[in-house]
Amino acid sequence: MAEKLFGKAMKRVEDPRFITGTGTYTDDMTLPGMAEAAMVRSPYAHARIKKIDASKALAHPGVLAVITGQEMKEAGINSIPTGWLHPGIKTPPHYPITFDKARHVGDIVAAVVAENRQIAEDAAQMVEVEYEPLPAVSLGSEALKPGAPAVHDDIPDNICFTWSIGDKEAVDKAFASAHKTVKLKLRNNRLVPNAMEPRASLAQYHKASDEYTLWTTSQNPHIHRLLIAAFIMGIPEHKLRVIAPDVGGGFGSKIYQYPEEIIVLYAAKKLGRPVKWTARRSESFVTDSHGRDHETVAEMAVDQNGKITAVRVETIANMGAYLTTFAPAVPTYLYGCLLAGPYTTPHIYCHVTAPFTHTTPVDAYRGAGRPEATYLLERLADVMAHELDMDPVEFRRKNLIPPEAFPYQTPVALQYDSGNYEAALDKALEMVGYQKLRQEQAEWRKQGRYMGIGVATYIEACGLAPSALVGSLGAQAGQWESALVRVMPTGKVEVFTGTHSHGQGHETAFAQVVADELQIPVEDVSIVHGDTGRMPYGWGSYGSRSAPTGLSAIVLATRKIVDKAKRIAAHLLEAAPEDIVHEDGKFMVKGVPDKAKTFFEIALQAHLAHNYPADLEPGLEATHFYDPKNFVYPFGTHIAVVEVDPETGRVKLLRYLSVDDCGPVINPLIAEGQVHGGIAQGLGQALLEEAVYDAEGQILSGNFLEYAIPRADDLVQIEHDHTVTPCPHNPLGIKGIGEAGTIASTAAVANAVMDALRPFGIVHLDMPYTPQKVWQAIHSARKLGQAAD
Amino acid sequence: MAEKVRIKLTVNGVVHGSEVEPRLLLVHYLREHLGLTGTHVGCDTSQCGACTVHVDGQAVKSCTMFAVQADGASVTTIEGLGSPGHLHPVQEGFWEMHGLQCGFCTPGMIMAAADLLNKNPNPSEAEIRHALEGNLCRCTGYHNIIRAVQYAAGKMAQRSAADD
Amino acid sequence: MYTAEFAYKKASSLAEALQLLQQHPEAKLLAGGHSLIPAMKLRLAAPPTLIDIAKVPELREVRLEGNTLVIGAMATYYEVETHPQVRQAAPILPMAIELIGDPMVRAKGTIGGSLAHADPAADLPAVMLALGARMKVVGPSGERVVEAERFFKGMFETDLGEGEILSEIHVPANAGKQAYAKFPHPASRYAVVGVAVVIGPEGVRAAVTGAGSHAMRLTKLEQALAGQPLTREAIEAACQGLLPPNDLNHDLVASRVYRAHLVDVIAKRALLQAAGL
Ligand SMILES: Cc1cc2nc3c(=O)[nH]c(=O)nc-3n(C[C@H](O)[C@H](O)[C@H](O)COP(=O)(O)OP(=O)(O)OC[C@H]3O[C@@H](n4cnc5c(N)ncnc54)[C@H](O)[C@@H]3O)c2cc1C
Ligand code: FES
Ligand code: FES
Repeated sequence: MAEKLFGKAMKRVEDPRFITGTGTYTDDMTLPGMAEAAMVRSPYAHARIKKIDASKALAHPGVLAVITGQEMKEAGINSIPTGWLHPGIKTPPHYPITFDKARHVGDIVAAVVAENRQIAEDAAQMVEVEYEPLPAVSLGSEALKPGAPAVHDDIPDNICFTWSIGDKEAVDKAFASAHKTVKLKLRNNRLVPNAMEPRASLAQYHKASDEYTLWTTSQNPHIHRLLIAAFIMGIPEHKLRVIAPDVGGGFGSKIYQYPEEIIVLYAAKKLGRPVKWTARRSESFVTDSHGRDHETVAEMAVDQNGKITAVRVETIANMGAYLTTFAPAVPTYLYGCLLAGPYTTPHIYCHVTAPFTHTTPVDAYRGAGRPEATYLLERLADVMAHELDMDPVEFRRKNLIPPEAFPYQTPVALQYDSGNYEAALDKALEMVGYQKLRQEQAEWRKQGRYMGIGVATYIEACGLAPSALVGSLGAQAGQWESALVRVMPTGKVEVFTGTHSHGQGHETAFAQVVADELQIPVEDVSIVHGDTGRMPYGWGSYGSRSAPTGLSAIVLATRKIVDKAKRIAAHLLEAAPEDIVHEDGKFMVKGVPDKAKTFFEIALQAHLAHNYPADLEPGLEATHFYDPKNFVYPFGTHIAVVEVDPETGRVKLLRYLSVDDCGPVINPLIAEGQVHGGIAQGLGQALLEEAVYDAEGQILSGNFLEYAIPRADDLVQIEHDHTVTPCPHNPLGIKGIGEAGTIASTAAVANAVMDALRPFGIVHLDMPYTPQKVWQAIHSARKLGQAAD
Repeated sequence: MAEKVRIKLTVNGVVHGSEVEPRLLLVHYLREHLGLTGTHVGCDTSQCGACTVHVDGQAVKSCTMFAVQADGASVTTIEGLGSPGHLHPVQEGFWEMHGLQCGFCTPGMIMAAADLLNKNPNPSEAEIRHALEGNLCRCTGYHNIIRAVQYAAGKMAQRSAADD
Repeated sequence: MYTAEFAYKKASSLAEALQLLQQHPEAKLLAGGHSLIPAMKLRLAAPPTLIDIAKVPELREVRLEGNTLVIGAMATYYEVETHPQVRQAAPILPMAIELIGDPMVRAKGTIGGSLAHADPAADLPAVMLALGARMKVVGPSGERVVEAERFFKGMFETDLGEGEILSEIHVPANAGKQAYAKFPHPASRYAVVGVAVVIGPEGVRAAVTGAGSHAMRLTKLEQALAGQPLTREAIEAACQGLLPPNDLNHDLVASRVYRAHLVDVIAKRALLQAAGL
């Protein structure tokens, strides 16, 4: 029997091209006759566009066209739609190029297409735009104030939507009769995703067939094809092929339908030449959808036993200037529905107001809603534990959902599938040496050193998505996934998936599973993704859906192949299909090992098919559309240990440890890699990252000189282990692991910093914990302390 | 248009003579003129290191250098460091230790790591972290990158021991 | 991503460089390019002509002349950092250089480029002030030597006149116990505050960068420590309120008050390190 590959730390098959510099990212592509585009972007957060004079730019040698919003609108290019609607939601138009007003810094006002990028960039500076600057608003709560400047003229109050979940009355009652309550005002800082590959798009128009091809940095090419064909350009879907070649990270930011993709398609047709656009990093900062940006009041109530009785949350979620593809889902279903966390809280109420502001649109960024929910709950848990004079771990333990309670119905719509939260917590505590660490902390404090220990227990709902459930929640589409498994006459197998890998290693992990299922060498399996021209419909990769949803589709398609192979074997071996077993890589008659056919023999005969019985179709391929029955619910415990330098306020990470449970792990190398990267991003939010806007809507941290993402020396080697609690409702029992690290780490690091600052009497600070902020807090606390003495 | 300048340089062992605009950055020369797209551009402020190549044996950011400044130089890009079947130990380390995910930072990261090991064959973890300060990775959290560099250091030590 | 257009001239000798500067008065010198090119890419600078002096042999030498370490302006950070005589004679240089940018920046950036650029957040200006270095400047009317004190005049502003080139930096060798401490910007890694100290026979020389429009001596600190044994207590007592916040830089990372506080803390750390405490 071939070695089982499920669970094996196999080296990735995609790596040879990347480590030798022979991957193909969108910007690496050049087509014959290709022109290049540069965007003219608004320097103002809010301005009326009075006049655009492109004459100088057009006169510049090498310039092919200057495209305006007016022109595209007149040519029938529509607004970019959003994919998730709430009752009463306002969906103002979002044209690829704006023509009336600029609504955020970076809003596209015109596009220049030229022989090459240099010329396009030079000419973009020659386009003269006359702006009438208008007052702008960048903070959500400010946008809601009476008299705030309106982002969209017909939405004078700036409210995109309001949303709530839970039984308010029951929650209010629980608070009224609580033993203790705590209340925190939290700001979940706005983040810039910053995948290392800047966005890029290359469009080609084939005149003879009236077809388009778009290569683009996307996590989900099919979604682009649907939105562009059906809504934005009104062209037949089969006339547009969208290809996402190698993509250098996404983290959510490459889900959305962006204006530039439409602009290059339009320009390619207009000019009859391929047109490419690639973002500069400073463009990425103002145009890639941002993440988070909540202002929240969060409250928790407990009874005398320290059991949580209720959680109440009021959030303002900044949408930015326009709604992008999933924006309305993020601070609602992916947030409010997660507020039970891993706890048995019986009553939860969450109310969200989502205003427009004159800032870059905000949408899903790694974790999307769930890090916000986890952060809020874990901060509340620590503050409450302190109020109750309890160890934060004991407070959590008291409130964790016990293993026997699954499936567990929360008061906020979700039914958790399986879990053993306390086991993960215990494992993490043991790994970190919790008791000893607390003693060490006490000793350090005596020496004037401030160690902080932060614990976060988390759950997440991922594996987007059970279609009926999300449909009932407001999604305009289900999120099942498809797979096509094609066996070639030589027995080699091509697997087409609708998910997309931009770092997650699907080409390896999926192949491992297919090789196991078909009992063939993994080298014989090739995973194909990211091309609407090659695979059935699919929904792409985000929300940790590729393994639980995409791979489940693949497995079920593969099992159809095995079934058919058995029937072919039965025919070839003159036996009954029920008597054929699939063992040791062969299809044999049960109990008669020499009566057997190899996979290769069957694949070949399936295609030669010259003496087939009438009821057997030639060929060997299968498609499966898999719609998950429920989300999957990974969980775990993360612990961060930090030291705060009270003199400078600088926070240093000393240790980081995670125990995650994503069910059975297909490839530990890949799964752990996902955790490491997620942790780094979450730590970035806690310590370093923030998109800072001034009152005029200018971004003050709009490049890597000002906006810090974690570097090698901001991190430590991560201690990682896992527990295994299978998912009961998908074929492999797997859960997702793509976002877990980010979801837990922000909260763990935040709790660690706050724990370190406890001796100063500091209860809460907003992230990011920059040295200045921490020092300021210590400084004020000391002054207060002195005043009290 | 500014007068073009003739340059001659060796890239991955091959001599190239070209007429270039002075403002052409080395990274664009490599990518657009020579088709060596393994060297990436990840930022416009010289911070990310995705564009790292070796010029005369030292790692530099090819986005912060004009092609004309490389006149007469010998340049090595990721394509010239090693190839499938003949991987450089650092490339091998990245593969073995899963030091990459999306692969976008990887060529620059590998070139920076190779430079480190040329200068310091046996770096500590802290030295590796410090030496990679100019290379941003958004995917890996650096954990496996550190292990990859350590693996390569071990491998190179073995090789030079075998050579002795 | 692209700079504006410019004409490129390459000098192969100091004389040629001076001559080119005469011919192209609007030109800018190109050294390592690691301040200039980023500025040009963001189109904050658009010089019509660049005169590349990075490879001028006379400007690249590093040598010990008696009690003076002579550093050619075009010596790179890397060359200086790893130079055995530098390590011996002025250990504060490698100590500070190690904290500049990253290895790729240090491979290209030059000592002279950094000093001539006089970025208010650059590290070496403070080091040169603490060392009491002197700048050799050559120009159309010959050579002159300028004390570091008088060289740094303002934000991106030095004593260099039209047509002049910084050619050498003269650093006193073995000036005393020395250290550089830096509080880096979390994103750019430039100095939010950097303090260089040299404890010499005549007392303490200390200088700060990042705090104001240009690097400057911390005279108050020097005076407070004059004639005192350098104990931890003395250092701690001296490093209080070194600079009035009102005059200091402020940005997202550090307000004036916080910056002033950092100056005290970083100065203390540099002193403790230099004094071996
Ligand atoms: C990513 C990155 C990080 C950095 N981090 C730091 C840091 O932490 N600390 C720090 O101090 N610096 C930092 N720098 C700046 C770096 O040190 C620069 O190399 C240095 O400031 C300028 O030196 P250069 O040789 O590159 O000069 P160039 O950029 O070539 O020139 C700078 C200016 O000086 C002029 N000039 C150059 N040489 C002479 C001369 N001999 N005579 C007269 N004028 C001359 C030029 O005309 C130009 O105006 C960083 C740069 C980058 C790109
Ligand atoms: S492209 Fe980012 S440093 Fe060169
Ligand atoms: S592997 Fe994706 S940025 Fe490093």
